[in-house]
Amino acid sequence: MKGLVSKDAISSEQLNELIDIVKKIHGFDFSDYTEASFKRRLARIMMLKKLEFYDLKHVLVNDAGFFQEFLEEITVNVTEMFRDPTFYKALKNQVVPYLSTYQHVKIWCAGCSSGEEVYSLAILLNEENLGKKSFIYGTDINTEVLNEARKGIYSLRKIKSYSENYLFTGLPGSLTDHFTMMYDAAAIHSELKQNTLFSVHNLISDTGFNEFQMISCRNVFIYFETELQYKILDLFYKSLCPLGYLCLGNKETIRSEAFRKKFKVINQKENIYQKIGS
Amino acid sequence: MALDDKIKQRWANSRILLLGGSAGSFKLLFKLVKLLPPNLNKTVIIIIHRKKNFFSEIEKLFAENSRMLLREISDKEPVMNNTIYIAPANYHSLVENAGFFSLDVSDAVWYSKPSIDVTFESVAEVYKERVTAVLFSGANQDGAEGLLKLRKKGALTIAQDPEDAEMTEMPQAAIDIHAAEYVLRTTEIFELLEDTN
Repeated sequence: MKGLVSKDAISSEQLNELIDIVKKIHGFDFSDYTEASFKRRLARIMMLKKLEFYDLKHVLVNDAGFFQEFLEEITVNVTEMFRDPTFYKALKNQVVPYLSTYQHVKIWCAGCSSGEEVYSLAILLNEENLGKKSFIYGTDINTEVLNEARKGIYSLRKIKSYSENYLFTGLPGSLTDHFTMMYDAAAIHSELKQNTLFSVHNLISDTGFNEFQMISCRNVFIYFETELQYKILDLFYKSLCPLGYLCLGNKETIRSEAFRKKFKVINQKENIYQKIGS
Repeated sequence: MALDDKIKQRWANSRILLLGGSAGSFKLLFKLVKLLPPNLNKTVIIIIHRKKNFFSEIEKLFAENSRMLLREISDKEPVMNNTIYIAPANYHSLVENAGFFSLDVSDAVWYSKPSIDVTFESVAEVYKERVTAVLFSGANQDGAEGLLKLRKKGALTIAQDPEDAEMTEMPQAAIDIHAAEYVLRTTEIFELLEDTN
């Protein structure tokens, strides 16, 4: 797990050149991604695939199969079950009581990666007796991680670290109560999988697809420039039912005055908001 | 090593003060935060290793004792003068050309998130020679590569003298790859950073 910093960072000009190629040839627009972390991802790909900048350009143009690999590596897919346990505590105390008043609860987990957060929400809702009437849509730009999400199987090493998070949430029992143990992995119980659906969705170019009581999009905005964040906030606003909840990562505060008028702060520390107006 | 005018001048010209530390550096950083004057006329960025879910109230403790404005870094927050920023646990902290912070949840570096290397490297790219960086006590090698990158960009790079550090590995790693232009004893580091002329 050595650092990947020894590679010299690529220049801003090179970065723009690459973004342009990807946009023109593959139709994915990364121009509003935050520059510093995007450069780190590129340096990482160049190191993993042993490519110089020129070679990277070359394969992006000429090797159609390479782009899928590129897409998988360029997006950050680090996630955890019950990441930020205090967030789940806040959900349980401040949001679930309102969700329980609905006949059906639809939740959109945007940028769900390998599904850990979707299943964390499923476990929480199940423990709060909302499991049967709720449905969680998990979306991501990356098809490969969605395949993992659908399986709902995680290595024991991961489960061990997720279990620590679970303990801090104050939910009853332990995380493994919700899994079937295999030899070196654990599979999420099928009744928790039943009310989930994973599909490809690109926050930058795709529109809304349903109306939700809650949208969770945590640690996705950190990779986007402010203008793009606003565009997606607007998409979320339109996709929420009146008084629906929006959950962002705990360092992703809504700074825009305009949007602060549209979203009431429910929990400042955890960045949980509620749609107001209509 | 006595502090010469050259090092003092470069400290005075710095726009950013970077402080990186791990095991054995908490007390030092705490003392330093207490000491820095509110009109330092620089931005201070502190990266200190700690465990996730271990909400040790570090920020609160630091804030209560700091004479400068002190904040935990939040995504897309502008880099303000006369402010101390602390890198949050479970994220890497980066700076952008346009003068704001951005965060990243990607893999730990040297088992650390926040990683000192990641922030140091990112600050090197943006602020180049207008940086003073100090690497304190720690039990792993995080920070050495980042300090080297800073030195190559012309920043003033300092390692705490391992003889003076509770855990020698971190400053020693920086010294071994010639990342530290100066190796200073704790008292000298404090003397330098206290000097606001």
